[in-house]
Amino acid sequence: MAVAQGKAPNETFVLNLGPQHPATHGVLRVKLTMDGEYITRAEPVPGYIHRMQEKMGENRTWAQYLPNTSRIDYLSAMAYTHGYVGAVERAAGIQVPPRAEYVRVITSELNRISSHLVWFGAFLLDLGGFTPLLYAFDDREKILDLLEGITGSRLTYSYYRFGGLYNDVDEDFLGGTREFVAQMRPRLGMYRTLVTENIILRKRLEGIGVITPEQCRKYGATGPVIRGSGIAYDVRKVEPYSVYADFEFDIPVFPEGDSMARYLVRMEEMGQSLRIIEQALAKLPDGPVMAEKVPRVLKPPAGDYCYAVEAARGRFAVLVVSDNKEMAYRIKLRTPSFSNLSLFEEVSQGMMLPDALALMGSLDLVIPDIDR
Amino acid sequence: MSLPEPFRLLAYLLGIMAFVGLNAAYLVWVERKGAGRFQRRPGPTEVGYAGLLQPIADAVKLLTKQVIVPPGADATLFRLAPVVVLAPALMCLAIIPFGPHLVAREINVGLLLLFAFGSINVMAIMIGGWASRNKYAIISAARVVSQDVAYEIPMLLVVITMLMVTGTMDLNQIVRQQAGAFWNWNLFKLAANPLMPVTFVIFYICMLAETNRAPFDMAEAESELVAGAFTEYAGMGFGVFFMAEYANIVVGCAVATVLFLGGWQSPIGILPGAFWFLLKLYALVFSVVWVRWTFPRTQFYGLLNLSWKILIPIALFTLILSSVMLKLF
Amino acid sequence: MKQPLRDIVGGFYSLLSGMRVTIAQFFKPSVTVHYPHESLQMPARFRGHIELVRDPATGKAVCFACKVCEKSCPSDCITVEGAKLEGAKRKSVTQFRLDFTKCSLCGSCVEACKSNAIRFSRQYNLASTNKDEFVMDLFKRLEAEGQ
Repeated sequence: MAVAQGKAPNETFVLNLGPQHPATHGVLRVKLTMDGEYITRAEPVPGYIHRMQEKMGENRTWAQYLPNTSRIDYLSAMAYTHGYVGAVERAAGIQVPPRAEYVRVITSELNRISSHLVWFGAFLLDLGGFTPLLYAFDDREKILDLLEGITGSRLTYSYYRFGGLYNDVDEDFLGGTREFVAQMRPRLGMYRTLVTENIILRKRLEGIGVITPEQCRKYGATGPVIRGSGIAYDVRKVEPYSVYADFEFDIPVFPEGDSMARYLVRMEEMGQSLRIIEQALAKLPDGPVMAEKVPRVLKPPAGDYCYAVEAARGRFAVLVVSDNKEMAYRIKLRTPSFSNLSLFEEVSQGMMLPDALALMGSLDLVIPDIDR
Repeated sequence: MSLPEPFRLLAYLLGIMAFVGLNAAYLVWVERKGAGRFQRRPGPTEVGYAGLLQPIADAVKLLTKQVIVPPGADATLFRLAPVVVLAPALMCLAIIPFGPHLVAREINVGLLLLFAFGSINVMAIMIGGWASRNKYAIISAARVVSQDVAYEIPMLLVVITMLMVTGTMDLNQIVRQQAGAFWNWNLFKLAANPLMPVTFVIFYICMLAETNRAPFDMAEAESELVAGAFTEYAGMGFGVFFMAEYANIVVGCAVATVLFLGGWQSPIGILPGAFWFLLKLYALVFSVVWVRWTFPRTQFYGLLNLSWKILIPIALFTLILSSVMLKLF
Repeated sequence: MKQPLRDIVGGFYSLLSGMRVTIAQFFKPSVTVHYPHESLQMPARFRGHIELVRDPATGKAVCFACKVCEKSCPSDCITVEGAKLEGAKRKSVTQFRLDFTKCSLCGSCVEACKSNAIRFSRQYNLASTNKDEFVMDLFKRLEAEGQ
């Protein structure tokens, strides 16, 4: 494959991919310099839905900022709220009761599955297969119904509170979750037959869009992207938060680094999340879901506090800087999609347009997560 | 049929146009309903009973829309492309035998004419993509040309194989040779060529590629190229491209039926030939819909690799095999 | 020679097994809800827009305009006015303006309210061609419902 490097500008052309384009899943714009169907340079232009999420944290009280966190990455809202709540709990020294922690794990993992299902469908849509999207949404609908039953919302849950949960889970939810876990396993088998083993899909993904471990480190890629490049980095294992240390689960790692590896990581992860949910349901302790003595007006002692969680797309870390006031002095959000997008420019060089779009799909970008 | 010749032709002409129009409209409905069933949803339900009037509503909507010619586009070619894309499909249907006597024009080189006209479709999409003055459209047009050229070859190799087996280019003659139960169909004539089912599969794949259907829908590739060659078309310009896609599917499936599935021959000897022809035709059309809603799109070079590295060698092999068989037996 | 042939046959088989999956789904019933004809029951904890709670004893709003919800709202979409009626011990609400165009349904106000004077409604069919309809006075709504 000839890569046109350093060609005169009149031999290449600029293809403006987005901000309104079916493959960019939102308002990401990528300025492509093309040589025929080969990409010589891909320049992502984020910022079309920048909402100043970090700045908003500086003029809202600690509790008022909480709903914002489920709107950064709307597909894994639980994990994001978990990150922020965890940081503030660490700052204020609040102990969370065990039942709340277990419920947090269950809901976060359910949310991870639903997020991966959306990715699965949208990725297949990028590759031109429409039907798996609707099968995935059928399964996702069950998760959303379960979570709506306890949180009252289908996407932007803001279910966690400083020191616990918004409200306790009920029997409907627990029973429904058990049922869902039982139903989901055969569905994953069906996806394997329908999609994973499909020769067309394998030809499109295997060996395409290889990201080396060095590139992952260089751009700070995390989540399924880095695990698809052979590095077993998962916040749940390397710095266990909440009660993840209590569960047995594996971190799927595929060393190939191609789009297929990232695809397989996420498909395996869904199975692992089911395992975690099963264990958490079995071990779920009784007790309160809210810590006692959480002050109404929170004024954490001055200092820097950081808390990282493994969101569906990778490491999400919140750094809060408190100066002992009602509002944060600074909130820094480290979002995985931004780092994962950063490597797109380097990796996509010399690729063909559909391959590059498959690569972009395999990075699982959520645009509000990039722009914040 | 005792109508005098010019009237007979006129009647057939009108009949074919109505057939193509109805097919295009109702295959869209079949496709949407089929997609719905495959995806566990009902498909169109609101307009008419089970959404049966939906195609008419769609057509009315498309007709009322303005046909926009983008500034800077080659206006003549831009308007010409939809005409060029539909006309060959109509021509092809003129020689397809729907029944023992139900054929507009029996031609003894029917097969040749079919493929001569069948390949014009490529040019139409190329013209449309080129004239649109849109980068996505041009990329798509370039893809379509190389795709269709690549798939023309295995398809014609298969047709030559069939030609050797049947010994005639007359479509009606080919059908007559397949009289009797289904094992007399060309698909199961293993004595003539033990790889006949493989030949059929190659033909089927090539037909999908020639009509730009999923998983080979490079021309549209909606997740990469927005709408490919049709990006700039609005209103009925787009509608005609859409109709042509379905007309081409019907032609492709009809040819497959004639060549492999015994055309209007009834496997059990009851009911008129036209019924069996349409039954086989629509079974194939359904399988096309089924394929579309199952697979992801192939990568562009994967598609060319499939043609040059797999289909052409196999097609050549079957060609040689059947000529050897012909010589030996 | 053997390996490519095996690849071709294996690949073709994978396509057929994919088609088997979809045809199996083809004959199963559809899973969607046909919305305008049938609709879902909202769960008990559904977070719709807020509404005032009526005190069953007095038939008036429970809210006494303490304005905690106003303060807790991250988006400043609640404006509460209250007045002390003659003979009453405490204030009662006279205006409860919700600017729903700004509201993000986070539920902070409901949580902040200590006297359970506001709750989530089950309404979800909120669409209008007029933006002004979303600046609602919940007190007036409550009064109108009472009559």
